[in-house]
Amino acid sequence: MTMRMNILHQEFGMRRQSVIIWSLAIAALILLYLSLFSSFAADAALLNEMMSQFPKELLTAFGMNDTDLSTVLGYFGLAFLFVQICLAIQAASYGFALVSIEEREWTADFLLAKPVGRAQILTSKLLAVLAGLAITDAVVWGASLLALAMFTGGQSFETKPLWLLLLSVVPFQLFFLSVGLVVSLLVKRIRSVTPYAMALGFGMYVLSAFGDLLGESALEKITPFQHFDPHYIVQHAAYDAPLAALSLAVIVVSLVASYVLYRRRDIPAVV
Amino acid sequence: MGVIEVNNLTKYYGKARGIIDVSFQVGEGEIFGFIGPNGAGKSTTIRLLLSLIHPTSGSATIFGKDCFLHGPELRRDIGYLPSEVFYYERMKVIDLLKYSASFYERDCTQRMNELAELMELEMNRRIEDLSYGNRKKVGIVQGLLHQPKLLFLDEPTAGLDPLMQAKFFQLIREENQRGVTVFFSSHILGEVQRMCNRVGIIKEGRLIEIADIRTLQQNNYKKVRVTADGLDAAFLDLPGVTNLEQQNGAIRFFYKGDINAILHKIGAVTVSDVTIEEPTLEEIFMHYYE
Repeated sequence: MTMRMNILHQEFGMRRQSVIIWSLAIAALILLYLSLFSSFAADAALLNEMMSQFPKELLTAFGMNDTDLSTVLGYFGLAFLFVQICLAIQAASYGFALVSIEEREWTADFLLAKPVGRAQILTSKLLAVLAGLAITDAVVWGASLLALAMFTGGQSFETKPLWLLLLSVVPFQLFFLSVGLVVSLLVKRIRSVTPYAMALGFGMYVLSAFGDLLGESALEKITPFQHFDPHYIVQHAAYDAPLAALSLAVIVVSLVASYVLYRRRDIPAVV
Repeated sequence: MGVIEVNNLTKYYGKARGIIDVSFQVGEGEIFGFIGPNGAGKSTTIRLLLSLIHPTSGSATIFGKDCFLHGPELRRDIGYLPSEVFYYERMKVIDLLKYSASFYERDCTQRMNELAELMELEMNRRIEDLSYGNRKKVGIVQGLLHQPKLLFLDEPTAGLDPLMQAKFFQLIREENQRGVTVFFSSHILGEVQRMCNRVGIIKEGRLIEIADIRTLQQNNYKKVRVTADGLDAAFLDLPGVTNLEQQNGAIRFFYKGDINAILHKIGAVTVSDVTIEEPTLEEIFMHYYE
């Protein structure tokens, strides 16, 4: 399970541009969204009244029922849902592409004919992606703290739910990364990563939204949008422990299965 | 002990046949030719030996060690030139080669530069801008830069112009003279004939013959052509005669067996012309594939 620095370096380099673009886009989203807070808060009473006019189903779908948009964290929690969707798609696309891209572009022959084991390759690749995701996280955290400092107009808020919210992105990304990876190893070939990543990212979100709508408890068990629901975290200043544990279990199982599958995998040849 | 020993190696892709019950040995310092048409199982065999794919059954050793258990260790001394070369498109040639070299403990810089110069490779071009032939050259350099003791060449000359092919064959001969064992897969028989000591012939996944090139040409088959008036081809249909055909008064066939038997038979009639030749490898090959 050791890793190879040269592979890590190569993999990190190949993903650098993508990491920068995702990080800046999410940071911009956070800053833009939070910059509107003061105007929302100024008309908070009006806004909350308007919201109560909306169909309850609509609000539920966006995780906004009994959300108080006039509070900093209420508002930030809603913004965070969009951040989560972006992070989900980013992490899923890295997961789906991690080994499948070498097979799609036929570079696997080059890499696997080198004196390295499959587990070493997978570990090195995973560490390179984790480094990329860590950079995105750092930017997301930095942008969040900056935006909260700049745009809340001195309104105070609790820091514990904020930190729990910010830290939740780590297991959240790992979920999409590892599930993407294991799915890519279960199928024969992934022709294009983007549709798979969008399907997993949005799919899980939609599942979460529908779960809320239907009050269905079975669906929420599988989607990390429920495991790390910003609304729940803000309200309870805690994670929903059983659901968070479920997320971690999925991550561990997916990673272990990925190692097993990758070691056994037959690398397809050009025909 | 053989550098490569393959015992009853079988590979099915699901239900699709890869190779069936293939066994052979390649000795140290040998250039072993592996001939067969596309889809016969040449690449499958090489990919199994490199543990890119896993066998359904059977075993294989390289340098006396199990291919599937000691893959990473064995691949330190193996060079591989795949039939289709694909590298990271966005990389420059020099960076790809350096990346390739970074997998080996020894310093490969000098050898890398020698090879690149020999192959007239432009090091600062991006892979995506290279023609097929130039990619192939990158493949040759990256496959040889770590001075491997065993080389797997899978259809190596496709895409190379004749001049480069000649250089490439010279390079492989030099490597071989230094003691490098070469496993040379091809469907172009001329090049196998020129390069190899022994050949294995694979057909529909099964190894149907392993022979010394000379034995294959000299002892096995003779190409016989007899011209005689009013002679019926059936007259020469002895045991050991194959591909019997009659054209413009000439009878042509391959013969395998005691040469005296066929000479007596021909001697019994009045002929106007007889030629007995060694068949080219192409003809032997076609014979196997009928």
